[in-house]
Amino acid sequence: MSKAESRTAPLPEAGEASVGLAIAWRATLHRDLMLRLRRPGEVLNPLAFFALVITLFPIGISPAASLLATIAPGLLWVAALLAALLSLDGVFRDDAEDGSLEQLLLSPQPLSVLALAKVAAHWLLTGLPLALMAPLLGVMLSLPAGSYGVLALSLALGSASLSLIGAIGAALTVGVARGGVLLSLLVLPLYIPVLVFGAGAVQAAIQGGNVAAHLAILGALLAAALIFSPFAIAAALRISLNG
Amino acid sequence: MWAFLHKLGSPRSFYAITERWLPPLWLAAVALILVGGVWGLAFAPADYQQGNSFRIIYVHVPAAFLAQSIFVTMAVAGLVFMVWKIKLADMAAAMMAPLGAGMTFVALFSGAVWGVPTWGTWWQWDARLTSMLILLFLYIGVIALRGAFASRDGGARAASVLAMVGVINIPIIKFSVDWWYTLHQTASFSITEKPAMPASMWLPLLLMVLGFYAFFIAVTLTRTRSEILRRESSKRWVRELIEEGH
Repeated sequence: MSKAESRTAPLPEAGEASVGLAIAWRATLHRDLMLRLRRPGEVLNPLAFFALVITLFPIGISPAASLLATIAPGLLWVAALLAALLSLDGVFRDDAEDGSLEQLLLSPQPLSVLALAKVAAHWLLTGLPLALMAPLLGVMLSLPAGSYGVLALSLALGSASLSLIGAIGAALTVGVARGGVLLSLLVLPLYIPVLVFGAGAVQAAIQGGNVAAHLAILGALLAAALIFSPFAIAAALRISLNG
Repeated sequence: MWAFLHKLGSPRSFYAITERWLPPLWLAAVALILVGGVWGLAFAPADYQQGNSFRIIYVHVPAAFLAQSIFVTMAVAGLVFMVWKIKLADMAAAMMAPLGAGMTFVALFSGAVWGVPTWGTWWQWDARLTSMLILLFLYIGVIALRGAFASRDGGARAASVLAMVGVINIPIIKFSVDWWYTLHQTASFSITEKPAMPASMWLPLLLMVLGFYAFFIAVTLTRTRSEILRRESSKRWVRELIEEGH
């Protein structure tokens, strides 16, 4: 409808184009959030997976609180990372199958910005809930007091980078049938810096180290990912849909 | 210069030009590795602390150099392929990936073997070892992604993007692993601080490094030439070449 109008209308000025981009961005974000919220199972599955994996560790290793407390930061981070990874495959796959991803490619707005909206939707319904849930699981692993806030904050910051980096892998494997295992193979090595500094922040909070330094580097990683990954995601989507 | 590079970009003239490069390259590779190997393994003095076990350095260090250089070369080839659409760059990238993964494995394995007499363990979560291991996973990812695509062009472009993403991430991974190592472990022993070596020790090492690089270039050229013949097998010049009996 709006497309037909824009055809007859004179060329939009620079200001109008950026307004159009903002509308398109919000519309993409809104659409993705709505689609995910209408299938709440997909939103809840990573959370259930996160809780389940955390349950496995005391059973597999030892229920002793002292032991669990020392490994809890790493366990929580690794489990949250795997839960986020699990949900990545769906970021572009449904849209690729029903053809709406091709419409994104054809739209006059830059694909990298629209892909960023899809990643933002993924983070809002995966990374953020995982970060909010982590303190609860921290209690179960008898994580020392005083590190719960840092745990949630580091996961919220870090999972945004994870979503951005992971979306590159998801975009590369969207054209591949059963790309799930391949996706984890591509993405997990790239997750290591985030894991190091995320788990490091929680460790620092427990041991009284410098938490701010870790969080600052997590923020720097997020800033770098925000700058570079949209272009890589857009390039990867073009390859997957045309190649 | 540009005209020459342009000519080199076409598979047919690349095939013709590199035919002359191959014999000297192979000769240099074999000669350097033979001289460096025999010198290093038999004639270089034994280390005063590690004894003869230090001689693994003559395989370990060149392999580790190559492992990292090949990944960077692969990413540059991927960039050339994506920007200028030179298919030859992708052929070379595809051919060097398994060699790079192999070199990473050789570096890791020789490091593990070296670890037994010097550190008393096969594996130590040392920063260098860990980032090498991650590099191996990156190689495997690039090779697997290329293979997963049904169309060759799609796989080629996807592998190029992944190689470029990987090469941006390698310094970050290296930095974070260094940080992680200093945080989580007291350095019980370190391979980062090498004693100053006498010339009779490092000269063979230099020869080995140069020999490994020559070997890498020679292998990549040879394999790329075969790949050219395979991909262009329906072209007339390839068929004429076959009829001539080359």
